[in-house]
Amino acid sequence: MGNAPKIRTIRLSTTPTPKALAELRLGDVVYLDGLIYTAREGVYMRALEKKANIPMELPSESAANFHCSPAARINDDGTFELGAVTATASFRFSKWIGEWMAKSGAKLIIGKGGMSAQDYKDHFVPNGAIYLTTVGYGTGALLGRGVKRVKTVHWNKELGLAQAMWVLEAENMGPFIVESDIKGNSLFERENAKISANLDKVYEGTRPAVLKRFGETDDKSDEMIG
Amino acid sequence: MISIDTIQSTAEVLMDKAAIEIPQDYLDGLKASAAVEDGDLSSFVLQAMLENYEAAKEDRRAMCGDTGTPRWYVKMGNETQVEGGPIALEAALRRATANATNGVPLRPNRVHPLWRTDHDNNVGIGAPEIEYGYEPGGEWIDLITVHKGGLFGTDYRMLFPSDGIEGIKRFYLDCLVAFGKRGLACQPAIIGIGLGGCKDTCMVLGKRAACLRVVGSKNSDPKIAALEDELKELGNSIGMGAMGFVGKSMVVDAHIEVGYCHTGGMQMSVHAFCLSSRRAVARIFGDGRVEYRTDPDWFTDYQRRETVEWEMPQKSAQYA
Repeated sequence: MGNAPKIRTIRLSTTPTPKALAELRLGDVVYLDGLIYTAREGVYMRALEKKANIPMELPSESAANFHCSPAARINDDGTFELGAVTATASFRFSKWIGEWMAKSGAKLIIGKGGMSAQDYKDHFVPNGAIYLTTVGYGTGALLGRGVKRVKTVHWNKELGLAQAMWVLEAENMGPFIVESDIKGNSLFERENAKISANLDKVYEGTRPAVLKRFGETDDKSDEMIG
Repeated sequence: MISIDTIQSTAEVLMDKAAIEIPQDYLDGLKASAAVEDGDLSSFVLQAMLENYEAAKEDRRAMCGDTGTPRWYVKMGNETQVEGGPIALEAALRRATANATNGVPLRPNRVHPLWRTDHDNNVGIGAPEIEYGYEPGGEWIDLITVHKGGLFGTDYRMLFPSDGIEGIKRFYLDCLVAFGKRGLACQPAIIGIGLGGCKDTCMVLGKRAACLRVVGSKNSDPKIAALEDELKELGNSIGMGAMGFVGKSMVVDAHIEVGYCHTGGMQMSVHAFCLSSRRAVARIFGDGRVEYRTDPDWFTDYQRRETVEWEMPQKSAQYA
């Protein structure tokens, strides 16, 4: 431990300027201020496939889409109790992310594990967006502390608590790590490439299974998402 | 006779503890990993996790926003009777799961697989799972709740005797590397490995090896215990750490459990119990006393027995 000084820490608005986004480097640690909304498969399907009107002004209210379902409840009097907050794995939302960015103007996609290089190239770079990954995973209690209050919850009746669109007021909420930069470079890909170089040695003294599976790869450097 | 009210109130406390308090054995294991980790990013992640456990306890909020899929393991001494019988017991555990989901709060993760119906309480068809075990002698019931994550880090493969230890190592590494990339398995984790049984029991053994044994515990077979050490070291030599960043902490501990299998096969399952290894345990005695702990103490000599009859060992007298 004690490596913290090597890592840059940055406060960022959830309606960031292009300049602020351009200054971010892979591996920077980011803390967020402003409104964040949760949207994952439930919201994407409802907004994009069923063409429901998005119940927020996007991106002026928030350009930060969090792939998240909080551990939270809605009290009988309509108030909210929010505990821990962490992300869910983003690669599963590749199908919708391009159309969602075009429609919502999202500049910060926040989640777990990043998205594919193809998604960054096709959707993030043209839209001037970057990907922030949560840390751990997951630092649910720390992120929960960064939520000053729950502003509102949309589509709870239609989608249930886990898939609803939670609108959160973030104050110094973090940590997050910059996974993709404005040019579409990926921290995870960089790290995977470094690790792959060592894998043949690690696999010495092992043997492929005698019964194969369809679609099996023996290339350990393969990305598993996409 | 164990009071049903005590069962429900104890179960609610356990739900809260599991979600909020990292078990000491895992915490000690993670601190040991953090002490030797030299990757910048991996070290940062482990440090953030250690701060997160403190924040969770201070605020009494869940450690992780994904509070997993709560389930129950119930174990009883042979002389135990539960007020209202097993039907009342299962109802009490379902009520405790629903109440705690709303109370802590937990994330209501459980939905119908096709219709995605969410009761917002982690209760539904087959949820929470309730599994049972029994021990010779004694009037007590152990309630164990485990809130394991539900999406990544687990796989099964039918291996054969000719695959041997080299095949076991290959599938083990395949699982760690594949699910470790981008940190999908939320490593460093307790890795549970099931060997043998049938396909379903192989999965059960591996899951229990991950979730029902504490960091530092060893299989009672010395040769299996040696293989556990070897696999732990192998996992930590991949060059991958937390979140799939360059590092050396993948495995906090490796646990193997075995079951007798088909003579032609060597079934294998691998399970990763994550950075929020949520488990909590309580023993309720016949006189109403409740003792909380974090070691499920599931794999006793009785659970691993291989003979037709069970000879009551001398030490069982202490439970009488």
